[in-house]
Amino acid sequence: MSGVRRTDLAVLEPFRPRRAPAGAARNSPLPFTARQGFVLIGALALAVCIGDAEAGPGAPSIPATILKWTPLLAQGFALNIAMSVLAMAIGTVLGLALGLGLISLTRPARALSWLITQFFRNAPWLVLLFYCILLMPFEVRIGGVIVPLPGWAKATAGLALPVMANVAELVRGAVQSIPSGQWEASEALAFTRLQTLRLVILPQCVKRMMPPWMNLYAIVVVATPLTSIVGVSEAMTLTGDVLSSEGRTELLVPMYLYLLTWFFIYCYPIARATVAVERRFAVR
Amino acid sequence: MMADPAAWNPGLPLIRMRDVIKKFGQTTILDGISLDVMKGQVICIIGPSGAGKSTLLRCINALVPIDSGSILVEGQEVNDPRLDKLALRRKVGMVFQQYNLFPHRTALANIMMAPVHVLKRKRAEVEAQARALMRKVRLDGKEGFYPGELSGGQQQRVAIARSLAMQPDVMLFDEVTAALDPETVKEVLVTIRDLAEEGMTCVIVTHEMGFAREVADEIYFTDRGVVVEHGPPAEFFANCRDERTRQFLSQIL
Repeated sequence: MSGVRRTDLAVLEPFRPRRAPAGAARNSPLPFTARQGFVLIGALALAVCIGDAEAGPGAPSIPATILKWTPLLAQGFALNIAMSVLAMAIGTVLGLALGLGLISLTRPARALSWLITQFFRNAPWLVLLFYCILLMPFEVRIGGVIVPLPGWAKATAGLALPVMANVAELVRGAVQSIPSGQWEASEALAFTRLQTLRLVILPQCVKRMMPPWMNLYAIVVVATPLTSIVGVSEAMTLTGDVLSSEGRTELLVPMYLYLLTWFFIYCYPIARATVAVERRFAVR
Repeated sequence: MMADPAAWNPGLPLIRMRDVIKKFGQTTILDGISLDVMKGQVICIIGPSGAGKSTLLRCINALVPIDSGSILVEGQEVNDPRLDKLALRRKVGMVFQQYNLFPHRTALANIMMAPVHVLKRKRAEVEAQARALMRKVRLDGKEGFYPGELSGGQQQRVAIARSLAMQPDVMLFDEVTAALDPETVKEVLVTIRDLAEEGMTCVIVTHEMGFAREVADEIYFTDRGVVVEHGPPAEFFANCRDERTRQFLSQIL
C-alpha cells in the first residue's frame, strides 16, 4: 500500500498499456475524412454528367436547376443547423445535471439517473422523435401567454433527449477518469463535495469531454434529416418537394448527393477541430 | 471527559490515538494503534510497506473512517458520527506522496483555492499570504507555473505551501519524498525541517532514516498494524529492543 518507490528498471514497473497517439487508434473510425469529401464531390460531378446525358432535349441543365433551388435548400439547411445547435445546447445542460445524478452519493438519485440515461441512450432516435411530436401539445400556456410549439421545436426536444443521455455518460466517464488523489487532496483541504466538483473535478473534465462532445454534435447534425419524417420543413423535406415539383427522375441522384455535400461541408471542419482538440489535450 | 474540545488545553496531546482498529474487509490494517503527539512535537513513523502507515495518517483527518478506538484531535473525537469533518480538516494539513496538485490551476492558484473558498478570506489578503508561502518554500518566481511545468520536488513544495495556507495546527506528511528523484528529495526535506524548527507540529511517515533521526522528537516503528516500539531517535536507533525493529533497521541502514 505504501512505500512504492520509483525505479529506473522498466521490468519493475507495473504494466501500463502504451498510449496510442491521438487520432491514430480510435475506438471507431473518424467520420468525415478528406478522402470521403473527394469521393463525394467526384460522385456528385459524375451524377450531374450522367443526369445531363439522360435529360431530354431542351430541358435546363442540371447545374442550373440545382443552382436555382439552392437558396431554398439553404433556408432548410439553416433550420437543420438551428435544430442541431439548440438540441445540443439543451441536451448538454440537461445532460450535465443528469451526469451529476449518476455520480450522486444518494442511491435513489443515482438509480433514477441511471434509468433515465439508459432509456434515452438506447431508445432509437426516431422513436423519441415520434414521441415528442405526438405527445407534446401544439401550444403551451405559460402564465396566460400562449406559446405555440411548432413541429421543429418539438423535433428539437426529441433530439435533445438522446443528447442529454449521451452527455450524462460523458460526464460520468470523465469524472471517474480523474485520479482519486484529486478527491483526496480536496477533502484534506476541507472542500465540500460540491466545491470539489465545481473547483477541481469538473474543470478538469471539460478537457476530457471536449472531443467526444464535438463528435456527438456532428452525429446530431447528421441526425437532423430524421425530422423530415415527422414533417419538419428542413433541407431533406425541401429536397423532396423540389424533386416532386420538377418531376424529373434524372435529378434524383444529383440532388440528394448535393444535399449530402452540404452536410459534409458543415461537418468536416468540426471533425478536423475534434482531432486537433484531441491531440492538444493528449499531450499534456 | 477527554472528548470535550472545550476542556482541551495545549498541555494535553494535540493528537491522542487509543486502540485504533481499522479493517479493510477481512484484512486488519491497524490493530490497536496508540500514540500521543504534543503541540510542537515532530513524530516520525517508520516501518515496512504495508504496515498501515498511510492509513494511520488518513484516520487522523477522517479521510478513512476507523472501526473502533478513539482519536482525539485537540480534544475533538474523530471517531464520532456527528464529527464536523470540515472543521477538523481545517486544523489538520496533509501532504501526499503523489503531490495531488490541481493540474488546471497555477501554483499560486493552487495555494489560494482553499483559503478563498473554504475559509472565505479576502482574495487580496490570501494572495499576499500565498506569495509569502512561495518564498518560504523557495519557489518565488514560479507563481504562474502550472504543476505540469514544475519538477517533482517543486510540486511537492507547492503542495506543502498549499497545505500551510490553511494555517493548520498540525501537518501530516505521507511519504512525501517517496515519488521523488534522489536529487530533489533534499529540497523537500529541508522545507519540512524548516517547518519543524519553527515549531509546527508534524506527523511524518517516511523511509528517510537520516532525516527521521535529525528532525524527530519521537520515532514510532510500526509493523502489521501495531506500534512495535517508540522512543527518541538517539535511543531508538542506538538500542532498539525488538527483533522486528532491528531486522528492519538492518535492511534499511
